[in-house]
Amino acid sequence: MGLKSFCLKKSLWVYHFAGASCNNCDIEILDVLTPRYDVERFGMQLVGSPRHADVILISGSINQRDKPRLKEVYHQASKPVFVVAFGACGCTGGVFAEGITFAGPVDQIVPVDAYIPGCPPKPEAMISGLSKLMQTI
Amino acid sequence: MIHKMANQRIIPVGPYHPLQEEPELFKLYCEGETVKDIKWETGYNHRGIEKLSESKTFEQVFFLVERICGICSTSHPFAYANCMEEIAQVEPPNRAKYIRSIVGELERLHSHYLWLGLAGHFLGYNTVWMWAWKYREPILDLFEIISGNRNSYAMFKIGGVRRDVTGDQIALARKTMRDLKKKNDLLTKAVTDDPVIHARTKGVGTLTKADVMDYAAVGPTARASGWAIDVRRDDPYAAYDMVDWKVITADDGDVFAKTQVRLLENYESIKIIEQCLDGLEKEPEGDIELKVKEIPEGIGTGRAEAPRGEVFHFVKTDGSNSPVRHKIRAPSYVNIATFKKACVGQTISDATISLAAVDPCYCCTERMAFAYDWHSGDKIYDGNQLVERSRKETERLKNTL
Amino acid sequence: MKKQTFLENMREQLPQGVIQTGQIRDNRFVIDIEPAALLTIAGYLYHTLKYRFIIASAFHTKKGFEIMYHFSDDAAGNIINLHVILPQDQPEIESLTHMLSGANWIEREMREILGITFRNHPEPEKLISDGNWAEGVYPYRKNFK
Repeated sequence: MGLKSFCLKKSLWVYHFAGASCNNCDIEILDVLTPRYDVERFGMQLVGSPRHADVILISGSINQRDKPRLKEVYHQASKPVFVVAFGACGCTGGVFAEGITFAGPVDQIVPVDAYIPGCPPKPEAMISGLSKLMQTI
Repeated sequence: MIHKMANQRIIPVGPYHPLQEEPELFKLYCEGETVKDIKWETGYNHRGIEKLSESKTFEQVFFLVERICGICSTSHPFAYANCMEEIAQVEPPNRAKYIRSIVGELERLHSHYLWLGLAGHFLGYNTVWMWAWKYREPILDLFEIISGNRNSYAMFKIGGVRRDVTGDQIALARKTMRDLKKKNDLLTKAVTDDPVIHARTKGVGTLTKADVMDYAAVGPTARASGWAIDVRRDDPYAAYDMVDWKVITADDGDVFAKTQVRLLENYESIKIIEQCLDGLEKEPEGDIELKVKEIPEGIGTGRAEAPRGEVFHFVKTDGSNSPVRHKIRAPSYVNIATFKKACVGQTISDATISLAAVDPCYCCTERMAFAYDWHSGDKIYDGNQLVERSRKETERLKNTL
Repeated sequence: MKKQTFLENMREQLPQGVIQTGQIRDNRFVIDIEPAALLTIAGYLYHTLKYRFIIASAFHTKKGFEIMYHFSDDAAGNIINLHVILPQDQPEIESLTHMLSGANWIEREMREILGITFRNHPEPEKLISDGNWAEGVYPYRKNFK
């Protein structure tokens, strides 16, 4: 284990990118910060800028207009950065995959390290997904 | 940090909103501290749902419209069901009506708590955020027990509902409502008695009745400005004309009035749910749906009162099994436009809470708001700093009061 | 009975330009109007009768481009739909935005999805299509592939 991954392991800072989503995933992401789930006890925190982030959490399908912005956000993030596709739409495009503005699932735009499926995934699923991601570091 | 020479700056707020169906980018044009103008750009969240709907069958559309907005995930199916029942000219059985109202009101409760929490977060009252969201959890648990999912419930179908609410679930719902009433008392007191919150929200983001009529605003935004419109009363659907409740209004039109309206609406929702549970016990179990064979040609309009205001669906059918045109108007579509009135003339630190008061956008300001210098293009504030400013303002008031 | 009187009243009161009035359900009305009379009739509903503008729905049919302007009579729980048909080759109609700020977004949206021109719109910029689809592509038209 190198120094870099040793440092990463203890406190993953998460940047949340909401694409063309329905908010369900987004409110569940906020929900894990609140008293019942409280992921901050694992050192995880939502941050306001991709430059501070160790993990980019992407929820929602990505439409044509979001696509260049998602690439830009990925480009801005300091590496190494882990990308997590959150929810059915993040993983595959879900119900919106046939839409006229759909620009492809997240993994065809930026490399994805972990998928958390569900519509929306339960907070427990998110914690479990992120803890599995931590084990791979 | 601030470019001294320039006298007008542009502050984009957005574009990625996780908490509403139409995310957009707000650009606040500022002169010094004061917001001079506001412009918006949308399209970041355009998923082509109206077009997608034309390729789905009438029953499949329910699952699609449920995913317009995760927080209003009952209101859209509700309006769509009203619309299709209008075209097919059927009326669901009473038991189904009660269940629909229960789900609709539970949604209003969880949505208002969600809003209250985030509004508190913006003002620098993270305790309010944590409390409100903690008290929201039992409602989501109840949803999970009734429908099988915390957020997208899939309870509705044309002519009725998919699942019955029976025995243990009714008892649990009663207990949840009893507990919630106490917590709502606590939150209402904490919020309405606090002098700092008064100072921070009174007279901020004021909308007059003429403004809301001009922008055709709906829901708590309109009711807080003294315009008593509520589809549940004006054009009753489901069980709302079978139970006793009242429309909450306030006259001031500021952020405080909007908070008050939402908090008091919670009591009405609890009242409606309790009466619906009584009604449910009188109706025969299992009588939850009508078989609707085919949908005739025609047009239909359906509405439902979502937590944020009236949801409107228009469907045109041609006798086949999918809509020819499906137009959806979510409440935020008209409410967001009122920002132009609410924010202009305010300071930047008040803009955040004025935007949040309409209940479409808080996380956007939290994560994706950047302030740019109008002339040089240098970034001045990012989202966290904007929220920070809002909090400092609260802090300052706290010390002076 | 009351509803019937309502329709009769409407027929008498409404300014020129009404082609036909009809009732589709108990509290749902459709008024077919001439496109040229839109401003006066919508103004009558909004200013005189104090109806609330809900939204407008546009769709493309064999007859041309049809727009339904939905107004809500909140006191009675009615929805009044103003129905106009615009020609296939040159769909154009007056903008309502000067009278009603609430019509601003929907008119821009209809322009982008169907290519209907709204005359005298104060802010004719793109609303949803920027970056999503090109200018001149109208995804909600019937001939869109």
